[in-house]
Amino acid sequence: MAEHAVSESSKGHASKSTYWLIAVILGILTMLEVAVFYVPLLHSVIVPFLLVLSAAKFILVAMFFMHLKFDRPILTTVFAGGIVVATVIILAMMLLFGAIGSGAHM
Amino acid sequence: MDPHATTFGVPSRKMAMWVFIASECMFFGSLIATYLSYEGKSIVGPTPAEILNIPLTSVSTFVLLMSSLAMVLALDAVQSGDRRMTRIWLGGVILLGGLFIGGQVFEFSHFYHEGLTLQQNLFGATFFVLTGFHGAHVTVGVVWMITLLVMSLRGTLGPERSLDVEVAGLYWHFVDVVWIVIFTVVYLIQ
Repeated sequence: MAEHAVSESSKGHASKSTYWLIAVILGILTMLEVAVFYVPLLHSVIVPFLLVLSAAKFILVAMFFMHLKFDRPILTTVFAGGIVVATVIILAMMLLFGAIGSGAHM
Repeated sequence: MDPHATTFGVPSRKMAMWVFIASECMFFGSLIATYLSYEGKSIVGPTPAEILNIPLTSVSTFVLLMSSLAMVLALDAVQSGDRRMTRIWLGGVILLGGLFIGGQVFEFSHFYHEGLTLQQNLFGATFFVLTGFHGAHVTVGVVWMITLLVMSLRGTLGPERSLDVEVAGLYWHFVDVVWIVIFTVVYLIQ
């Protein structure tokens, strides 16, 4: 019953219209990503541009669909911890293998 | 006081799912790191530029994003006690998840016929392991949604069981955010 009560508390987190709006924004951001991929003029800035768009989509899903915006901060901390470790792993591996950094090749 | 709540006031099952999701971040982080570390180091083809089908994958990405919308609406419906809409939205998640998996099966078989296998080159090995594990996660999610739909059809998935749907939804949305990263890193940034 108490678990039900906790779940009930999340009911008012966002309205259905907000969920639909987020879905529309996610769709638009995806279309933008694909458009950027096909525009040769933007190829010089494609990596930062796509990373920003991807991060925006990631944050929107986490905040609204996963309810982190409205839920207890400890849950955001737990999730962020995993993301930080994953990011460090990715950067460290890319550095070790010469994919980024001083341009060292194996 | 909730006997199943953690000291943070969060239901233990929900906290467990978040800890699991954090560990999954590291798991997929390692797979993405491996893919990026070996990117462009294949000695033989096919290369990503030669074989990746961006239009098809863009549609698959959109389908998975919309499945997240269906998931959150299913949770809203179950919390409201609306059994009909719960079944409709859960069915939507299953349908869209199934479509995504179907797209991936089509993509994998197409790549296989084009000569890209797990053993062909570094791209094939890292690509299939990364996207294959993601596809396996989606498949597990679809099976989970089917069990929830069966519970709903049997009339045992009322508002008092909304935590079941919330925890399943967290897993589903996580699978979605992982794909957001994979789509950008693997398909769009070549």
